Amino acid sequence: MELVIVLGILVLLALGAFAAVSVTKRSQRRMDADERSAVTKPKDVILPPDEDVVVQPEAEVATPEPVAEESLARPRLRDRLGKARALLSGYFGDLRGRSVIDDDVWDELEEALIRADVGVSVTGKVLDDLRVRVKEASVTTPAELLDLLKADLIDQLSTADRSLSFTPGQPNVWMFVGVNGVGKTTSIGKIALREAGSGRSVVMAAADTFRAAAAEQLQLWSQRVGADLVRGQDGADPGSVVFDAMAAAGSRGADLVLVDTAGRLHTKINLMEELKKLRRIVDRTPGALKEVLLVIDASTGQNGLNQAKQFGEAVDVTGVILTKLDGTAKGGIVLAVQSELGIPVKLVGVGETAADLIDFDPEEFIEALFADQA
Amino acid sequence: MFDSLSDRFDAIFTRMRGRGRLGETEIDEIAREIRLALLEADVNFKVVKSFIARVKEEATGAELSKSLSPAQQVIKIVHQELINTLGGETGKLTMNPKPPTVVMLVGLQGSGKTTACGKLARHLKSQGLQPLLVAADLQRPAAVTQLQVLGEQVGVPVYSEPTDPVAVARNARNEAARLGKNIVVVDTAGRLQIDEALMDELRRMRESVQPDNVLLVVDAMTGQEAVNVAESFAETVGIDGVVLTKLDGDARGGAALSVKEVTGKPILFAGIGEKLVDFEPFHPDRMAGRILGMGDVLTLIEKAEASFDEEQAVKAAAKIKKGSFSLDDFLEQMQQVKKMGPLQNIIGMIPGMPKELKNTQIDDKELGKVEAIIRSMTPQERNDITIINGSRRLRIAQGSGTTTQDVNALLKQFKMVQGMMKQLAGAGGKKGRFPKMPNMGDFQGMQ
Repeated sequence: MELVIVLGILVLLALGAFAAVSVTKRSQRRMDADERSAVTKPKDVILPPDEDVVVQPEAEVATPEPVAEESLARPRLRDRLGKARALLSGYFGDLRGRSVIDDDVWDELEEALIRADVGVSVTGKVLDDLRVRVKEASVTTPAELLDLLKADLIDQLSTADRSLSFTPGQPNVWMFVGVNGVGKTTSIGKIALREAGSGRSVVMAAADTFRAAAAEQLQLWSQRVGADLVRGQDGADPGSVVFDAMAAAGSRGADLVLVDTAGRLHTKINLMEELKKLRRIVDRTPGALKEVLLVIDASTGQNGLNQAKQFGEAVDVTGVILTKLDGTAKGGIVLAVQSELGIPVKLVGVGETAADLIDFDPEEFIEALFADQA
Repeated sequence: MFDSLSDRFDAIFTRMRGRGRLGETEIDEIAREIRLALLEADVNFKVVKSFIARVKEEATGAELSKSLSPAQQVIKIVHQELINTLGGETGKLTMNPKPPTVVMLVGLQGSGKTTACGKLARHLKSQGLQPLLVAADLQRPAAVTQLQVLGEQVGVPVYSEPTDPVAVARNARNEAARLGKNIVVVDTAGRLQIDEALMDELRRMRESVQPDNVLLVVDAMTGQEAVNVAESFAETVGIDGVVLTKLDGDARGGAALSVKEVTGKPILFAGIGEKLVDFEPFHPDRMAGRILGMGDVLTLIEKAEASFDEEQAVKAAAKIKKGSFSLDDFLEQMQQVKKMGPLQNIIGMIPGMPKELKNTQIDDKELGKVEAIIRSMTPQERNDITIINGSRRLRIAQGSGTTTQDVNALLKQFKMVQGMMKQLAGAGGKKGRFPKMPNMGDFQGMQ
């Protein structure tokens, strides 16, 4: 309860700071008032109808992929990573060739895990466990050690249920959340294509009413997929979009509602509250919300854990989609997310095309994690 | 931003305090801790190594100053080294003596290029330049539309054509000349640094448009990968500077250190929020100071300015002066403080905040309790807390779902706050000394 004091101090400081600033800035503010008013009041900006905004719409639509592509075998992570690996020189090959497990070997393992963004604390835990196991199993060569470590990690990841929950005969809602720029909208597009391809009727809800042209981006996907799109005005209450989407799904008897939400940093209280509200709106239809999927960019570092924690607390995340794994980023942070928070990875994105969103396979992932590193 | 990193340094140096001399063992221990802290902050492995090596060398070779304690000395060394690594002084865009100047933004998918373009255009416009935005991202669906909407919002024209990115970029120069614009900001499609075809496209764009500045946009949340990305872009396309985005989250931003170190190019701008105005020149010294827990008053002031309603603030300040600051006013101001973000973060920015306060775990949910108690009071009670007797306390507690102890604690502390405010008002309108902190022991038992 010393909170009140803290608050009091903050109020004082903030007021003081505010006073100081408002005096010095007042003159400056007057000068660029015109410019500011244009910027800070986006609501006043009247957007011309779509035809005018989009100068050359045909330029933006990614060339539709031939339908045949969808029927091809899904790519495996291993194939996709081939390129990234080819660029990098042998690293563990060297380790495997050594004869004794010395401090250098341990150091290099640590380095490899940290470089894969697994994080210092999880790496420490994993290696501590491994030290114990090495003694128990009387492992003597680095090659065996490496196999043991891989098996350990695969074990850790293998326990979770990775299917996307779906009940036939009712609207199922999958909600997509995450920080800005991780690939939420693209993931939804890919999933929509995949689910529609397997005969499910899909409604897409463009509840990202904040980012410029987010709804347009989803609209292009919905046209490709042939799914229904529910959208509102830019800057509209995302809650209303979700509400409309639920109503639309109910009346059309849709199987699946994919809710796209605006990217938000997990530290923004207001935006996280907004997300909770979106979830509450979906929860008005009991049992409809099947998945809340957190989208994480594979290049994310240790902040990914904070993201998972905060989004988990706010809307109870059921799974992770790890995107952009086709680069050289290893996405090791999901190891930490699963081991510390118990949230499993369900899907991984390994490329630009719709077929490049694949089910997560722990074995392949761990293999890739240890793929040669520069 | 670098909050946790500064916590780590705090922990290291607190332990070091009280030791008189900096021996080799101490330096090793410090180096280990700094290494851990930097790794946890996503600073790249290799960068950590070289950073540590430099700090160690400096620390070992440094003459012990008489005016500084060893701990202070190490802080100074690390601080200086951080500033050096982050870029010394604030960098600037290269301006072409023969306009238009061309700025091209490149980076991975989702790093925030398009938004950064819009923000940069607004920033340049506010500097008196005449920017033209160019949408050369023809790949991502609706990327052109996104830039057009942004252009609309900042009042900057957007040029695009449905050909190919190289042609768009090339023709943009002519368009700028035609419109009489003196700076061109080119948005490019996001691409992986290992995508040879797309990297080659970027190279061709560079050749055809001859940009004066190629800026790499890097997400502050990037992990170890930041180095690979920066190295590849620097090698294949060549970059002149870096824009660091999404710095308003709680990412520790080690990527900033890594990118600067491997490319040697300055971080020019930082994206610090969702709005288009949330964009500023990058300040290495501020950042380094923040890393070391030296507080960040400037950011605090900016936050206060962004979240405080001017009218209400003026009214509240007047009330403080008159000594009539009531619980109602407190509630109102509390709402504004809440808008500034998690309390813990804000407190971390205040320099010289007593350790006890800095380390108190503050749960923002507790705010709800305070709110509930105040809202359960009648207007009369809020105006004059002296009328709150035993039965009123009981009613308030029941009304707010708390206990009378909670109500008592709140009232007692509010009295202290009022005292502080009187003290401040008494010191005159000038920058008075910071009011004496109430003795922390006073409310140890009240929690």
